[in-house]
Amino acid sequence: MFTVGRLAQPNTIGEAYRVLTEERDAAILGGCAFLRMGSRKISTAIDLTNLGLKGIREHADWLEIGAMTTFRMLETDPLTSKRFDGVLVEAVKQVLGVQFRNLVTVGATVFSKYGFSDLIPALLVLETEVELANAGRITLETFLNRPSGKDILLRVWIRQDGRRAAYRSFRNSASDFPVLTAAVSWLPGQGRIVIGARPSKAEIAVKASQILSEMDFDGPKIDEIASIAAAEMSFGSNMRGSAEYRRELCKVLVKRAVAEVAACK
Amino acid sequence: MQIEFVLNDKQTVWEVSPDEFLADTLRKHGLLSIRKGCNTSNCGLCTVWIDGKPTLSCSVLSFRVEGKTVTTIEGVSEEAADFARILVAEGADQCGFCSPGFVMTVLALKRELTAPTEEEVVHYLTGNLCRCTGYLGQMRAVKTYLGVTQR
Amino acid sequence: MKLVGKGVPKIDGMAIATGKPVYTEDLVLANALVVKILRSPHAFARITSIDVAKAAALEGVECVLTYRDVPQNRFTLAGQSYPEPSPYDRLILDPIVRYIGDEVAVVAAVDEKTAAQALELIQVEYEVFEPVLDFETAIGHSSVVHPEDDVHCNFDIGMVKDRNIVSTQKWEVGNIEEELRKCDVVVEETFYTQANAQCMMETQRAFNYLDHLGRLVVVSSTQVPFHARRMLARAFDLPTSRIRVIKPRIGGGFGSKQTSCVEIFTAAVTLKTGKPAILVYDREETFTCTTSRHAMRLKVTLGADKEGVIRAVDIQGLSDTGAYGEHASTVFMVTGEKTLPLYNKTKAVRFMGHVVYTNKPAAGAYRGYGATQGTFALESAVNLLAEKMGLDPAELRLKNIAREGEPFLGYKGDILESSALNRCIEKGKELIGWAAKYPKQEYGGSKVRGIGMAVTMQGSGIANIDTASAEVRLNDNGDFSLLIGSTDMGTGSDTILAQMAAEVLEVSLNQIIVHAADTDVSPFDPGSYASSTTYVTGMAVVRAAEDLKQQILAEGAKFLQATEEEVEFNGHTVRVTGTEKMIGLKKLAQQVVVGPDHRQLVGNATYGSPISPPPFIAGFAEVEVDRETGKVELLDFAAVVDCGTVINPHLARIQVEGGLVQGIGMALYEDVRYDNKGKLLTNSFMQYKIPCRKDIGTVRVAFKESFEPTGPFGAKSVGEVVINTPAAAIAAAVYHAVGVRITRLPITPEKVFISLTACNTPFGAQGHPPS
Repeated sequence: MFTVGRLAQPNTIGEAYRVLTEERDAAILGGCAFLRMGSRKISTAIDLTNLGLKGIREHADWLEIGAMTTFRMLETDPLTSKRFDGVLVEAVKQVLGVQFRNLVTVGATVFSKYGFSDLIPALLVLETEVELANAGRITLETFLNRPSGKDILLRVWIRQDGRRAAYRSFRNSASDFPVLTAAVSWLPGQGRIVIGARPSKAEIAVKASQILSEMDFDGPKIDEIASIAAAEMSFGSNMRGSAEYRRELCKVLVKRAVAEVAACK
Repeated sequence: MQIEFVLNDKQTVWEVSPDEFLADTLRKHGLLSIRKGCNTSNCGLCTVWIDGKPTLSCSVLSFRVEGKTVTTIEGVSEEAADFARILVAEGADQCGFCSPGFVMTVLALKRELTAPTEEEVVHYLTGNLCRCTGYLGQMRAVKTYLGVTQR
Repeated sequence: MKLVGKGVPKIDGMAIATGKPVYTEDLVLANALVVKILRSPHAFARITSIDVAKAAALEGVECVLTYRDVPQNRFTLAGQSYPEPSPYDRLILDPIVRYIGDEVAVVAAVDEKTAAQALELIQVEYEVFEPVLDFETAIGHSSVVHPEDDVHCNFDIGMVKDRNIVSTQKWEVGNIEEELRKCDVVVEETFYTQANAQCMMETQRAFNYLDHLGRLVVVSSTQVPFHARRMLARAFDLPTSRIRVIKPRIGGGFGSKQTSCVEIFTAAVTLKTGKPAILVYDREETFTCTTSRHAMRLKVTLGADKEGVIRAVDIQGLSDTGAYGEHASTVFMVTGEKTLPLYNKTKAVRFMGHVVYTNKPAAGAYRGYGATQGTFALESAVNLLAEKMGLDPAELRLKNIAREGEPFLGYKGDILESSALNRCIEKGKELIGWAAKYPKQEYGGSKVRGIGMAVTMQGSGIANIDTASAEVRLNDNGDFSLLIGSTDMGTGSDTILAQMAAEVLEVSLNQIIVHAADTDVSPFDPGSYASSTTYVTGMAVVRAAEDLKQQILAEGAKFLQATEEEVEFNGHTVRVTGTEKMIGLKKLAQQVVVGPDHRQLVGNATYGSPISPPPFIAGFAEVEVDRETGKVELLDFAAVVDCGTVINPHLARIQVEGGLVQGIGMALYEDVRYDNKGKLLTNSFMQYKIPCRKDIGTVRVAFKESFEPTGPFGAKSVGEVVINTPAAAIAAAVYHAVGVRITRLPITPEKVFISLTACNTPFGAQGHPPS
């Protein structure tokens, strides 16, 4: 059973960060769905409700998504649901049901770097930055690749560059974790392909992305890009699928996602 | 710690510990329609509304409803009975264990969506598992209740 | 008929659909101790030391029990009629633990948090043995799962304990080897069916207390109150008269609650402390520590003549019963018993094999009970035969199935009196669009469609074993009490039985008060399993109601000073036929209870059948396979059902739909999996995926009624047969679509993909199955 010693509800970010770093066994409370499943003994639980981090706001070049924003908000708010060809909606709508999505937060998911996440590859394929209390604002790619440390994820920023995007996932049954995820986005000269649930966390397929940036979307090239993406990524095996199968799925998902982006070009 | 919130239209003050989940708190206080069907936030049996939004009460820490409105099926009994009558006429009540969570999600759907298609209804209700009915009888009842047209 | 055949709503429907507190956990006494169990981390071990001092000393802990503190009489948890065909291989707490999760200690405390803390304070040391994890190498394994001397079998089930064999069976009619030799075409294939979990929404739970007479009163989410009572009596060496078991509303079972997992622990606590105690298994415990479907390996050999008449069927099986053998021999028996009789032109049939112990959670009862596994194997083999002979699979069935009026192996050669299976097949073909779509349809692109079919049978109750009694009493106010021991687990059996009684008595449904499943009050009933309630309990109810009706006529006649032949009863009045001389039911009721010639009227009856009339289903599947990923999407499933007379069409339809969806889960993704140490990996809904709403496409259900003369109003059963067809029908549809034959369930995309790429062209590209 998960237990909490005391609850802290700080009113400033500074206060929250201080409690997190100075107290032993302190932890930030996100959506709590996964916390509930474990037996973690938290001495000080830090609730960020008073920090005004829930909400989606539009700025001139950027979309600002507060860390406590739920998946359901991403799914229904026109600021996110109608941008980037609905790629964020396509990603989060697969996750269990509306009741679950009314709970799960963007901040907790991104901070956890879960391999099975549908949201992370969709964010990674866009030009996304994360804002942390201590480390400040860095690209999502940088954040995912650096070791986890004590920090608080405050906001996710997405550049509104009008890029085309598509998201694909493969599941053994509709409400299951994905066996593999793939996201593709494109602007002239800026193609990006991301593979997730490998089963490890989402990563950019660098070589394949490079070729995508340079190409013109003719048929055979799409197959080639898909093969290169599958060849350059590393895959593992688990209960949901073998590494070899994931590699084959990668080809198919990338091919279909690229074709989808090409169609709306 | 003390929490103050509105439960089924009544101002309520309860004592909770910081690691207590809402489903357990509600049951402790006699709201026995709340069921826990799983450990992993998958089944939807514990669905309540928080500020009108369907949420899994098993995964919400009770202190988080401070200042909010919580609604259980006990608080919308007439509306629930209207839909329940249709469900029962269909025979789709079966063991009934998933019913309160399911009914709460259906009523939330009615408030949130306008003229939904069948696909949208299925999507909204996906988080409510049922092992008895295979979902088909439930869908027939929901469509009757909502007057949904097939896509 | 006024009520039978009508889709009346369930009498408890509104209460349960609106969340009323009518389930076990809702009824528990406020001060009940919370029970929690310490469980073994090893698949096979002996407890060498166990120290509970710190746990017992914790404030709020009322008792801590180890194997030293409980009676050591071996018994079975099985819900089966006595004498049980189940080995008495269980102890309440055993110094030997036989699977990861097996019970080591029982803690009872004032609340859950304290009980959980206490578990952590118990110190246990184990001598760890090598576990038996693979059922295919269990026989003769150096580790013996049950080394103890006091395992008892009520009768010979072919146990060879030291070789890990629980049951050995062989059933042969005719000379199988000789008949196979004579056949023009022989096919042979080995199939594997996986373990599945029942996943009813309400997990196992029970509470109990001592009443004003010092008796143990148990309130349990159980399918088998009478068997549970007997089990507790044996386990605790108490007279059964000192125990009462009550079943309230329960949240499903599907066979899972035919094995009484939790009652022994709450009983141990209450008997020790004198205080009420409750134990609620969470979902993880339900997956890990109750029972699931027996995994099986089934080798089928089929032989036919050149016309396609099946002359020989041989099924050789191996079944994995896990650590304890509650349903080992019976499930295995049903595997052959409810498959081989489907085809009655056979000259020889044989079913044989073993059931083995392994160090995994016990297998038990799950809807279908062996027939499900057998149907996948047999029907897949029949589809293989159709392929080999170039015959239409539906035509092959029509040519071979036992028809109404023909000799039936299930009746040892006597005549099958009710079957509409041929009409079910014809209707099913029509619904799925067989003529246009068989075997496959190409649309270009990466996806291709195929259709396939399977047929199945089950039973209705256990012949010569299941016996149920019923009482119908005329109350002083003119209403009736129907007393039954059967256990409605959501199916609506309480309602259906009330429909039958009301139909016989010609009264309205709300004049019948249904009281069920309380061992102090109810007449004996085995409980709801083996598809017995509608057929066996139903017949008892019909006869009890008829008995009461006769008594009403007799008393009415007496009152009207006429003979019994001169009067008639229409549900409202007893009247001398053709005259105005009558007495109203209410007045008559008052007369017989408190009037001068008082004699309260009670009709009763007991029924048990020498046969188990099979319901039948023809199931048809249409799939779309994505050749690039192996993903199988089920587009359409049509099932046509013969369950005899349909007592309540709405409830029957939901039974079929619910069972089909469970069968679809079994076919495509449900899979109980372990790691290489024997730890259950699929211990949550996160890892064990049951169908969700989005997984289910079009499912169509139709009924073709036959009339079973031995059943109430001609009814048979529908509860289990419904799960059997999807696996084989879907496997056949996949085969027709892409030429891939999956013989090991579930049919996952990866398996299909691997087979597709292994087969190479012409499959991968054009997809014509090889002839």
